[in-house]
Amino acid sequence: MSDQLPALIIIAPLLGAFLTPVIGWRYRHLCRPWALMMLAVPVYASIGSLLRVISSGPFGYHLGGWAPPWGIEYRIDHLSALMLVLIAVIGLLATINAKAGAAIEMRGKEPHFYTLLLLQITGLMGIVITGDLFNIFVFLEICSLSGYGLIAHGEDGAPMATFNYIIIGTIGASFYLLGVGYLYMATGSLNIADLATILPDLYHSKMILVGFAFFTTGVAIKMGLFPLHFWMPDAYTTAPNSVSTLIAPLMTKVAAYLLIRIMFTLFQPDFTISIVPVATILGWLAVVAIIVGGIKALAQTDIKRMVTYVMVAEVGYIVMGISVMNRDGLTGAILHIVNDACMIFCLFLVIGAISYKGHGREIYHFQNLNKKMPYTMAAFVIVALSMCGIPPACGFFSKWYLIMGTIAAKQWVFAITLLGSSLVNAVLFFRIIEKAYLAPLGGGAHGHDHEEEVIARDEAPASMLIPILVTAAAILILGPLSGKIITAVIQHAVPAIF
Amino acid sequence: MLEYILAKYNYWIYVVLMMIGLYAMMGKRNLVKKLIGMNIFQTSIILLFVSIGVKKGGATVPILMGDGHGHGEPLIQVADYLNPLPHVLMLTAIVVSIATTGVALATLILIYKRYHTLEEDEIMAIRKEAAAYKTLGT
Repeated sequence: MSDQLPALIIIAPLLGAFLTPVIGWRYRHLCRPWALMMLAVPVYASIGSLLRVISSGPFGYHLGGWAPPWGIEYRIDHLSALMLVLIAVIGLLATINAKAGAAIEMRGKEPHFYTLLLLQITGLMGIVITGDLFNIFVFLEICSLSGYGLIAHGEDGAPMATFNYIIIGTIGASFYLLGVGYLYMATGSLNIADLATILPDLYHSKMILVGFAFFTTGVAIKMGLFPLHFWMPDAYTTAPNSVSTLIAPLMTKVAAYLLIRIMFTLFQPDFTISIVPVATILGWLAVVAIIVGGIKALAQTDIKRMVTYVMVAEVGYIVMGISVMNRDGLTGAILHIVNDACMIFCLFLVIGAISYKGHGREIYHFQNLNKKMPYTMAAFVIVALSMCGIPPACGFFSKWYLIMGTIAAKQWVFAITLLGSSLVNAVLFFRIIEKAYLAPLGGGAHGHDHEEEVIARDEAPASMLIPILVTAAAILILGPLSGKIITAVIQHAVPAIF
Repeated sequence: MLEYILAKYNYWIYVVLMMIGLYAMMGKRNLVKKLIGMNIFQTSIILLFVSIGVKKGGATVPILMGDGHGHGEPLIQVADYLNPLPHVLMLTAIVVSIATTGVALATLILIYKRYHTLEEDEIMAIRKEAAAYKTLGT
C-alpha cells in the first residue's frame, strides 16, 4: 500500500473529479462530502510520502511499471514532498471553506464547481510530483484550464479578466512547451533526471540556451513575475472568493517551484551561474516587482485587489531568493514559498468571510469590524504581523534568510529593497487594522457623547471560521518550527554546490 | 541565402506562423481575432514538433511487421522509421489546444451576453462608464 502512495496522490482527486458530476446529477448535496473525501486521500498520501522522504531519502514511482527514461516517472524528493503537503492541506482547507461561499457564488452549479476544484488541485499536485517534462506541461494545462473555468464565474469584470488570462496563460504554457521541444530536439529525452545527466555536455549549444529562455519566460508568466504580472490582479480580484482562496496562493507558488526545478535540477547550478546571466536578470526584475507591487498595493482601496498586488511583491521575494544563488537565499525562497502560501491563503479566507457577511471590500468598510467579527479580524492581525516580518510569525523567518542571502551575495540594493518592502507592508496592513480596531464608533467627531453603542457580533459560519483559525495558528506555529523544517527538509532541497 | 532558408523551411514556417499568432494576440482589438491568433500560435508549435520527427532518406511510419506468429523482425534500423514520439506528444497538445479554445469560446459567449460586443475598446468604454456611474451612486 505505502508503495502506491505517489499514485494515490494524483489518482484520488482525478477520479474524484470525473465522478463528481455523476454524483451531482442525482445527489447534489453529496458533492461536497465526496470532494472532501477525495482530497483527504492526498493529504494522507503526501504526508506519508514526506515522512518516507525524510527517513529514507528521495524515491521514484514508475507509472505502469515502465522504467524511466521511457516511462513517466513520479519523482518525490524533499522539495516536491514539502510542496505536495502544502498543496494538499491548503486544497482541503479551501474546499472546507468553500461550503458557504459556493452556495451563493455558484448557486445551482455546485457539482461543476467541485469538479473543477478537484481538477485544479490534481493539476497543481501533478506539476510537483512528476519527473517528466511533457507531463508537467499536461498538468500545467489541466490546472490552468480548470482555473479559467472557475475564475469566469466571478463578479462583473470576470469574463474579460478570464479571457485575458486565457490568452496570456496559453502563451506561457506554449513557451514552456517550446522549451520542452528544444530540449527534446537536442537530447531525445523528456525525463528530468535523465536530461540532467545528458545536458552538461551540451551547455554551450544554442538550442539549449533557447530552450532555457523559453522555459524561464513561460514559467515567469505563470508565476506573475514583473513585468508579466498584468493578468494577475484582474483575474484574482474578479474571481469568486471561494475560487481565489484556492488558486491565488497556490498557482504562483507552484510556478516558483517549477522555476527552482528548472534552474537547479534540470540544469545544474553552474549552468545558471556561469553560462547564462539569468540570475542577474531575475534578481533585478524581482527588485522592480517588489517596488512596483508595493506602490500599486498602496494605491488600492479595494483590499482584495491590494492583496493581489502584495502577491506581485511576494513573488519578487521568492525570485530574489532564487537569484542570489547561495544557500541562505534559496533556503529563504523555499521557506517563503511555504510561508507565503499560508499568509496569502489566510488573507483570501478573511476576505471571503468578510464578503460573505455582506461587508464591502473597501478599506472604509472595515470600520469597527473587530466588534462584529473578532476571530476573523484576529486572524487578519496575525497575517499582517507576519507580512511585516514580526516574530514569532513565520514571515519573519523566511525574510531573515532572504536578507542573509542577499547580504552573503553582497547585493545591497536587494537587501534594502527587502527591508523597505517590510515597511510598505506595515503601512498597507496597519491602515486597515487601524480602521478596524481604533476608528471611533459611528465615525462621528461631532462631540456629542454616544452611549456605549452595542455592535452585535456577527461572525462567519464555522465552515469558514475553522480554516481561518487553523491557518492563522499555522502561521504562528510555522515560525518557531522553521528551524526544524530547514534541517529536516529544505537543506536537502538546496543543491550541494551552494 | 535562399538555400539556407529552404534547407530548414519547416523552422521558418513555424517561426512565421508563431509571429502571426503573437501579433494577432497582442495587436488585434477584436476578441475573436485574438482567439484565432492563439490558435495559430498553438498550431505553429504543433508543426514544429511534428516536423522534428521526420527523417530524410526513405524513412517510413513506425509500424513493425512481424511474421504472423508473434515474432517481429529481429533487427530494427532506427533510421528506417520516423520518430513517433513527438507526434504522440502533439496528440496531447492538440487536445489541450481544443480544450483551451472551447473554454475561450465559452468565455466569449459570457462576454457577449454581458456587453453585447466583442470589441475590446467598446467593452472598456462600457466598463468605465459603469464604474463612473457606480461612484456617482455612492
